Amino acid sequence: MSKSNKGSNIKQLLINNNTYIIFLLLFITCSILSDTFLTSMNIRNIALQQAAPVLVSIGMLFVVLTGGIDLSVGSVMAIGAAVSAILIRDTNMNYMLAIIIAMAVGMLFGLFTGMLVAYANFQGFVASLATMTIARGAAFVITNGTPIKLQAGTLNNLVKKENLFPIIIIAVVIIIVFALVQKYTAWGRIVIATGSNITAVQLAGIRTKRYLLSVYAVSGLLAALAGVFIAARSSTGSATVGMGQELDAIAACVIGGASLAGGKGFVVRTVAGALVLALIGNIMNLMAVPSYPQDIIKGFIIIAAVLLQVLTNKADKTV
Amino acid sequence: MQEEYSVEMNNITKHFGGVKALTDVTFKIKKGEIHALIGENGAGKSTLMKILSGAYQKDAGQILIDGKEAKITSPKDAKDLGIAVIYQEFMLAPDLTVAENIYIDKMVDSGMIINWKKLKSKAKEQLVKLGFKDIDPGTKVGNLSVAYQQVVEICKCLTRNSKVLVLDEPTAVLTFSEIDKLFAVIRQLKAEGVTIIYISHRLEEIFQLCDSITVLKDGKYVATVPTETINKEKLVTMMVGREITQMFPKRNATIGKEILRVENLSAGDMVKNVNFSVKEGEIVGFSGLVGAGRTETMRAIFGADKIDSGKVVYFNKEVRFKNPKQSISNGFGLLPEDRKKQGLLLNQSIRMNTTLASMKKIKNKFDIINHKKEKEYVKKILGDINTKYGSTEDNANSLSGGNQQKIALAKWLAADCKCIVFDEPTRGVDVGAKTEIYKIMNTLAEQGVGIIMISSEMTEIIGMCDRAVIMRQGSVAGEVDKTELNENSLIKFAMGV
Repeated sequence: MSKSNKGSNIKQLLINNNTYIIFLLLFITCSILSDTFLTSMNIRNIALQQAAPVLVSIGMLFVVLTGGIDLSVGSVMAIGAAVSAILIRDTNMNYMLAIIIAMAVGMLFGLFTGMLVAYANFQGFVASLATMTIARGAAFVITNGTPIKLQAGTLNNLVKKENLFPIIIIAVVIIIVFALVQKYTAWGRIVIATGSNITAVQLAGIRTKRYLLSVYAVSGLLAALAGVFIAARSSTGSATVGMGQELDAIAACVIGGASLAGGKGFVVRTVAGALVLALIGNIMNLMAVPSYPQDIIKGFIIIAAVLLQVLTNKADKTV
Repeated sequence: MQEEYSVEMNNITKHFGGVKALTDVTFKIKKGEIHALIGENGAGKSTLMKILSGAYQKDAGQILIDGKEAKITSPKDAKDLGIAVIYQEFMLAPDLTVAENIYIDKMVDSGMIINWKKLKSKAKEQLVKLGFKDIDPGTKVGNLSVAYQQVVEICKCLTRNSKVLVLDEPTAVLTFSEIDKLFAVIRQLKAEGVTIIYISHRLEEIFQLCDSITVLKDGKYVATVPTETINKEKLVTMMVGREITQMFPKRNATIGKEILRVENLSAGDMVKNVNFSVKEGEIVGFSGLVGAGRTETMRAIFGADKIDSGKVVYFNKEVRFKNPKQSISNGFGLLPEDRKKQGLLLNQSIRMNTTLASMKKIKNKFDIINHKKEKEYVKKILGDINTKYGSTEDNANSLSGGNQQKIALAKWLAADCKCIVFDEPTRGVDVGAKTEIYKIMNTLAEQGVGIIMISSEMTEIIGMCDRAVIMRQGSVAGEVDKTELNENSLIKFAMGV
């Protein structure tokens, strides 16, 4: 009895932490495959690169928890990059203020999607598909289709070593805050409950519409900030920022154990999911795998990760 | 000797992880009989049937079908052996027609083209055979009543030449007239030589219908008895291993002032000019056929559906709750009829389910939940109502039906309601848990809570209620006082005779 208990405990541990295990295995594999992987330079690069995708993935996660999906995040990133860059270039605005305005604009896009979902009964997929097109178009319109080059001393302050790489710090703080929000606030609780059984939540006297609205708003806000991060790294605000990022964000949630049906998902594991994707990209770059084959390999690794989820979930049920 | 049994399950044992679900269970069914399989939730009925139907694999034991040893390793094996199971949740495609559903696995006889005309006429033939010539094989299954869906499901099984039909709680969602029809169908099948295994919590039905009864308890075989040699009390004792002296416990509630009065309420197509009232400490039963508008009436008052006209007076004030939130903050709660679809977050923790309607009590003004306080609070409430669970962190779907229902109930206890609607509170719940749910209702009534109990089980209405309101076709057909509360009066009003 105690023996089988012990066995199932270990099994349970593996199941609960499979994202971290995948991450760890990949990390070790990368360290063996390439000498440059474990250099501080490379690790710092990964961190700077991943600050944006991680934020987008967290925003996506909360939408996914309600059983929805937000395809507009990549385009809203472009809005964040473009709005902040334009404000700084054209009005000489303090860059901090510009960032806040960019985030507010991103949130408005999220609210727009959320309104369609919560109050007009659109499916998240359809509503965010529309917002995706609108936001991308808007980003091209406001930038006139040309990237906006920024002078030093503005957004690039966010990626400077002497400032202790603010975007990494901001990303870490946001991860911690949202992990705590999910676990300890009524908001986090209701978001999960809504994805689990929206009828039951409504009948428990909770007005689910405002929660649906709020997750899309959060997603838009975080996406815009992620766009700012990308603009900061390249000192350029471009309307092409974030192309396809929505799919990576969904993949990160899924690798992190989230269910696209809603009601299940974890902040820190989603971050690990985003980093799994990052490591795959990084190691293939280091090993000079050309970019098209990279995509093929990435696709298969996503399948493998999800298969592992499915298999371990099955094991979970028979125990 | 062996040939006389249609199904023999000998010494079946099944483990799930470290838990023994079945120990050495023997279950023998004679050819052509209606055999009841009973036991409390968790007694192992479903596990045993899942082994018979190939959904689970036995760890040890032997299965004989018509005297020959059968290897059932998949649902397909069972199907090929002529074993069909009709679960509580039907395996029907709601968007397909009746005919398509009945012949879902053999829509074509030969070639690749479906002969729709033939398919429909074949389906019609099956339906007529069972006595349901009013079901049109061309209608979508989703548009049929639950009872008719069940008929379609039975037809589907019959077209596969099933020799053994397992019915799992078939009457849970049916009304009395529908139950009569179902029983007629079952008896007809019996006459045609089909062997029937009948699982139900409703003992009256078993005495009406079944030839013999097998009782399971805690995963073990207790006995098989011919129905005519046993009575209800003895059966219950066998099931629970103790005597339930009182199915319906006594209560000491004082009926006080009126708390809810509904006048000429109309809502949607299902609720027309409904009038009734509820007093403090009173349990008012709502009886009637399924579809009589009982649930819809309560949902409208609760603010889940729109009220078209009429008056709701709650604690001497005219109110119209715009949404469930407003209703609950005024102390009016509703335990929905379908705990899986409307009551519970099945794949979330027991803790989360219990506090869903009362989060105000466990969070501070910054919206932060105090987990420690929450856990203690949940443990106390669940302890008060005798809920059996492993840990507050386990998912709700890890519990048996009765305990799930208690979690759904606990949610309303936590919300401090002054008036609660219990919609079919004991559906799919075993005898022991039923009595406990009645006790909870009594305790609430003794505290002065006004209770509305919607139930399709007449015995429950008669045993529990101070008064019963009978609805028919969206209106109140009659009201019966405790003294005149009996099956006759209920049926009379419900059927409009």
